[in-house]
Amino acid sequence: MALDRLLAPVIKDAIDFDIQLKPYQHFVLDNQVEVYTYEGGAEEVMLMDMVFFAGNTYEQKNWVAAATNFLLKNGTTQKNAFEINEAFEFYGAHLSRNCYNETATIALHCLTKYFKEVIPIVGELIAEANFPEKELMIYQQNLIQRLSLNLKKGDFIANRLIDEYLFGIDHPYGKYALEQDYRNVNKEDLHCFYDTYYKQGKCIIFMAGKFPGNMQELLNNNIGQLPLNKKEIPAVMHPIVSATQKKYSVINDAESVQGSIRIARHFPNRHHPDFAPTQVLNNIFGGFFGSRLMRNIREDKGYTYGIHSYLQNHVQSCAWMISTDAGKDVCKPTMEEVYKEMKKLREELVEIDELKLVKNYMLGGLLGDLDGPFQIIGRWKTYILNDLNEEYFYKTIDIVRAIQPEELKALAEKYFQPEDFYELVVY
Amino acid sequence: MIQFEKFELANGLKVIVHQDSSTPMAVVNVLYNVGAKDEDPKKTGFAHLFEHLMFGGSVNIPVYDEPLQRAGGENNAYTTNDLTNYYCQIPAENIETAFWLESDRMLSLAFSEKSLEVQRKVVCEEFKEHYINKPYGDAWHKMRELAYTKHPYRWMTIGASLAHVEDAKMQDVKDFFFQFYRPNNAILVVTGNVTTAQVKQLAEKWFAPIAAGKLYQRDLPAEPVQQKSRSMDVRADVPLDMLMMTWHMGGRMDARYHATDLLTDVIGGGATSRLYEQLIKVKQIFSSIDCYHFGAVEPGLVVIEGKLVKGVTMSVAEKAVMDEIEIIKNTLMPMNEVQKVINKTESLICFEDMSIMNRAHSLAFYELLGDANLMNQELEKYQLVTPEILKQTAQEIFQDNHRNTLYYYSKS
Repeated sequence: MALDRLLAPVIKDAIDFDIQLKPYQHFVLDNQVEVYTYEGGAEEVMLMDMVFFAGNTYEQKNWVAAATNFLLKNGTTQKNAFEINEAFEFYGAHLSRNCYNETATIALHCLTKYFKEVIPIVGELIAEANFPEKELMIYQQNLIQRLSLNLKKGDFIANRLIDEYLFGIDHPYGKYALEQDYRNVNKEDLHCFYDTYYKQGKCIIFMAGKFPGNMQELLNNNIGQLPLNKKEIPAVMHPIVSATQKKYSVINDAESVQGSIRIARHFPNRHHPDFAPTQVLNNIFGGFFGSRLMRNIREDKGYTYGIHSYLQNHVQSCAWMISTDAGKDVCKPTMEEVYKEMKKLREELVEIDELKLVKNYMLGGLLGDLDGPFQIIGRWKTYILNDLNEEYFYKTIDIVRAIQPEELKALAEKYFQPEDFYELVVY
Repeated sequence: MIQFEKFELANGLKVIVHQDSSTPMAVVNVLYNVGAKDEDPKKTGFAHLFEHLMFGGSVNIPVYDEPLQRAGGENNAYTTNDLTNYYCQIPAENIETAFWLESDRMLSLAFSEKSLEVQRKVVCEEFKEHYINKPYGDAWHKMRELAYTKHPYRWMTIGASLAHVEDAKMQDVKDFFFQFYRPNNAILVVTGNVTTAQVKQLAEKWFAPIAAGKLYQRDLPAEPVQQKSRSMDVRADVPLDMLMMTWHMGGRMDARYHATDLLTDVIGGGATSRLYEQLIKVKQIFSSIDCYHFGAVEPGLVVIEGKLVKGVTMSVAEKAVMDEIEIIKNTLMPMNEVQKVINKTESLICFEDMSIMNRAHSLAFYELLGDANLMNQELEKYQLVTPEILKQTAQEIFQDNHRNTLYYYSKS
């Protein structure tokens, strides 16, 4: 029988897949630090992700949270920066730090066989970091230079400004550092922030991969005896102060050949009943390669290399963002097309076939996203830090499976109101 | 150790299967043995433009992405100077969809004028986004032209100029396709929750009917040994001065490859590297500096590039780098420093091998080099590198006659 290439192979709909979030293990160290683990994987590697409640929400002075997070690896009472880096790198281990809004993390990636060699150094960083003056000075100097470089880039400027318009320059989600902020921070600021939010701060640990047999003991000896969890997390409130003006056009570089476009509106956080169903609407609109924005603006008109929309993943309050860099002469038609696509979703029901495709794409993607121990613990981390549980996971899947065109149209009518959107082009 | 099985279809398509039943997913990866180096110097950027056209519909399937997404799959592709690689990840139960899609576009594209017209524009925007509308975006164009006089690594995969992409014609597209996108010029790798028997059956069904093409005989002009150092001054609207230097190195199968890789790590790979510690931390001459290499199939370049601290002159910065290079050339490295970069490499390999996607990419790449099993011998080759070998390698590479330098000055 001749092969019929016009006939697509039979598929199993991803909406019929049995998608499970595998459970974590949990234990508590002597100092009441909670540890969530997921053991698995074929390679002899592991991840230890320590989350501190030390994000920029808690700083009194701009940039202190980020600087503390970065520099706690650059000196302890026993070792200088080079010796600390050497202690990790000699074992092929990698220690990364990241500072976010509510939290800041210290993440260790290492070969399982060397965990026992490097875990004491992690403990040392949390107990004895001393922020040498010279390290701060070099970091400031290099960051100021990097900033001058970034300020040449339209997309960098656009990302900063759109958050400022949405949340206000004093809000953790809207603020950013200027050269002066880098200069203003001193050693005492770092020490003070470190003592409160790291040394005695609240910490939660997430681990995944292959563990050595005595992992719990190693963790308890090196982390479990530190004076963590001694301070209550302060209740801080930062009011959102959104800009009153909604439309902006900024010229950063007169020679620019492209414009960085950002269009965004406020959106509630994960706990809101609209959050999960809106993920489906977002995918149809601009959430993946086959979205309407991509098909129209890239694949039909060729205005841009890529256009995306997404819901920000803030804990408190989010935004729905549309982001693209388009040719300078086609920025205006690009924006018009974005609003046209919103209008279509407000006024016309999504075809069943398109909806089914998006559902399958989302659930198939979810299956892939949960493939591997680091991915599984990462999902749990998001849930635990957002005060959610596995019920949320299964409920979200059910919502994606069940959602109908009418509900999507209702969401579009509610949220795709052009007057709610902030709009910015940086040339 | 990554286990795999290998077979070849009658039309010359090489097939590699790596089974991992711990995942519900599968990856289907098709590597075509064609990259920017195979382009006509007057029609550069073509291999990459072509990658975009591969998503514009094939002879029997109007849109590539839709059926894949419907089956819960995702896909992407990349083009380098050496190769073009297409891959999709899909729930293993729906793997036949990937075979259907990939085999149809290997059979023939739809060659739609509309797709060509749109993708020309999209690639032009990509060109602008990455190489024009970005500080130092043109540095690599200039460096490649400086370092190579004959070899096609002279141009970047995006193309030597926007005009080449804008001028692409449908006839060029067709010629390119039937010259390079043939089963006997491709490697199919399937990883994940599949069996070899299943892949054999699917490969026979979907790929075996595609006719082999005329075998492509690659005959690239070799780069003559550089006799004298070359340099170029650039002045542009950037905030900081940048120094970029390159030296020629062997190809991917060169006996010195592993030593070269470790050497660049010692010199400028991260926070304990020589250049970082000496020039950023101790002397504060650079605000950032890295040493790396191409990792390309053909003889590539070792690169040192850094941004100068404001107020430091180019000649001071250059001398500081060259002083470090002299130390590397003239003294034996301490054993623990060598052990460190070997340990880092071991760790990197283990983390890379975690996903079925990376395993598929690696198997395809090593098969392109001659044998997929080379993937499993890498760590051993790194472990054989000694301080003496590193010193010799440094002496061979860092010869002043072989150096190319880009002095990239800030106008302000």
